[in-house]
Amino acid sequence: MAELRLENVVKKFGETEVLHGVDLSISDKEFTVFVGPSGCGKSTLLRLIAGLEDLTSGEIYIDDQDVGYLPPAKRGIAMVFQSYALYPHMTVYDNMAFSLRLAKTDKATMDAAVQRAARILQIEDLLERKPKALSGGQRQRVAIGRAIVRDPRVFLFDEPLSNLDAKLRVQMRMELTKLQRELEATIVYVTHDQVEAMTMADKIVVLRDGYVEQVGSPLDLYRRPANLFVAQFIGSPSMNVLEVTAKARTDKQVTLALPGETEISIPVGDHPVHAGDTVTVGVRPEHLKAGGGASCNLSGEVMVAERLGGFTYLHAKLPSQDIITLLDDGDSKAKIGDKIDIGIPNDASHLFDAKGVAITNGLASTPT
Amino acid sequence: MSGKIPFLNMSPGRLAATLLLLFLCLIWTIPTAGLFISSLRDKDQLIISGWWTALITTERNERGRTGPSDAQFEREGEFVIAGSFIPEGSSKSILSFGDQQNDLGAYQPGETLVRGDGKRFTLWEDGSYEYVSAIPFDLQRGQRFFFVATIPPTFSLANYREVLTSEKIGQSFVNTFTVAIPATIIPILIAAFAAYAFSWMKFPGRQLIFVFVVGLLVVPLQMTLIPLLRMYNTLGSVLGIEAKSYIGIWLAHTGFGLPLAIYLLRNYMTSLPRDLIESAKIDGASHFQIFSKLLLPLSIPALASFAIFQFLWVWNDLLVALVFLGKRDDQIVLTSKLRELLGSRGENWEILTSSAFISIIVPLVVFFALQRYFVRGLLAGSVKGG
Repeated sequence: MAELRLENVVKKFGETEVLHGVDLSISDKEFTVFVGPSGCGKSTLLRLIAGLEDLTSGEIYIDDQDVGYLPPAKRGIAMVFQSYALYPHMTVYDNMAFSLRLAKTDKATMDAAVQRAARILQIEDLLERKPKALSGGQRQRVAIGRAIVRDPRVFLFDEPLSNLDAKLRVQMRMELTKLQRELEATIVYVTHDQVEAMTMADKIVVLRDGYVEQVGSPLDLYRRPANLFVAQFIGSPSMNVLEVTAKARTDKQVTLALPGETEISIPVGDHPVHAGDTVTVGVRPEHLKAGGGASCNLSGEVMVAERLGGFTYLHAKLPSQDIITLLDDGDSKAKIGDKIDIGIPNDASHLFDAKGVAITNGLASTPT
Repeated sequence: MSGKIPFLNMSPGRLAATLLLLFLCLIWTIPTAGLFISSLRDKDQLIISGWWTALITTERNERGRTGPSDAQFEREGEFVIAGSFIPEGSSKSILSFGDQQNDLGAYQPGETLVRGDGKRFTLWEDGSYEYVSAIPFDLQRGQRFFFVATIPPTFSLANYREVLTSEKIGQSFVNTFTVAIPATIIPILIAAFAAYAFSWMKFPGRQLIFVFVVGLLVVPLQMTLIPLLRMYNTLGSVLGIEAKSYIGIWLAHTGFGLPLAIYLLRNYMTSLPRDLIESAKIDGASHFQIFSKLLLPLSIPALASFAIFQFLWVWNDLLVALVFLGKRDDQIVLTSKLRELLGSRGENWEILTSSAFISIIVPLVVFFALQRYFVRGLLAGSVKGG
């Protein structure tokens, strides 16, 4: 059992408040990812949990034990740093055994713990090497191994993959997910890479400017973003958005004027959006249909065609100069300069009010 | 490729830099080499010619006196005085000789000089002579002859043997070590702790105290000598410590070395990655454990480079030693001893050169053995990881 609970966590650096009262609950064996642009406070939040920064106010509980003011070593956590932070003058074995040595664990227990971690990470034959003699991926494993040896209640990862090359990063992503299942570990993982968040997380916490924007499962966030920021942050390429004016409001629908004198009607239920309001409509690239054929069609000119083999991303310029991205087949015939019709299905559109808060998330919001 | 000088494959700037470096090397090396060569030469040669002639056979005008008439013996009806102008074991030889001071080249070795009174003088190359007369000699002090001696280059450790034993340089060499080693280790120990605190422990006034320590760097040593000595003497008389003792000079050097040591080490330690220290904290290390198990081993390059600086400075120091140490044989340091020799044996170059070389031999060894730390030390803090 390892539940992590944050209550109204506030952190100030001098006069600057960087976290404005974060409430969060993470359950046992959950892989939670903090994601957000740089400067959003995600690393600070992690360091607060680790005890590397002092709380300004608020509480942190691990298994109902108030750990907010305990020194890091007493919290039952282990942390993997972005730079790995391996002790350069010690062998891999000594690196991993360091915490147990400090705790004066007897030699047999220590040896067993190190060997077990090394076996899990398949680094048994590296134990006598110094960190200098290891590759990036191997160092990463040793850093994780050092965390495993501590047998913590909560694992903390601070952007652990950002120093690896792209291929290794994909591989380590899978291994980390597998490892989490094997160890049945509770993990808090910080990254600025939304792909990492989407692929690994059970639960994603999106942060911006010290506020939690949304908490939910990856698909939840993808399909039902609570606001414009989350909508654009999650998903790659990001969601197309157009700022438009509501033209008319009927009972359950609102009609919007789109660039190129087209209109689209979107069901909004009972939301109090009026004609004349400025709203933002958002559609994910894969919901746009190249060649039209939906209830509402925009026309645009292809600016760039990114052919990735299996599929193609077309970046098209609308008459309003907005550029939108759509997903097409791998053998798309579209060429740069072509005029194409772009179909917007009205049931797959997201709508946000002037403040960016979601009005509706279209049919995609139907729980699956 | 355009700016390069043909054949050398260097740009003019690089060439200038290389030449300047070469020049600096020569400026430094030549006097040192000269001192070393001089110290190995024969003391007689040292006086008449420079060290750059050390490999050339030198000529010297000398005079010799035959034995007195007591030494004569009779041989085949003639009277003979025989002997040698060159002492046993010397490598000199005779180039030419004569009986007038202004005519040294008159006779070759082996030739016989016939004097006006009929006495015959023969001098061989090895310096042995025969002075033959038909009538008995009547000389009280022997007859003077003049000759040109050639002295082949000789090198020996005789000068060193002499200064180490009879001049007691050996003892002061040991004394200097007695001063220098603790005076290097003590400030490093203290400074390492202080540097850790300044770089990785949060406490109020940390910045202010550090600025104060850095400020101490510019306090002139000379200004502090008298107050320091008075303070030490007062304290010493209370605690019953001798006024001039090794403890005093260790403390003085520690005090003078600390500001720079703290400054250098703090800069180095601050440059170590923060993640490392935090990782150790999470692993459960206390401040002392982080210091001893992590920062100390990682700071070895910085520690070593400061140790070199401090050791050399203490080794070459004269002023502090004069103030805090006596001049008894068991306390006098090399620099102080050299100064005394300059006064008392100023004309005996063989003693001065070999003593001087003994005093620079340790700095030389330290420099060559640890030169990579020298460079690192100069860069300490500016390049991550040093």
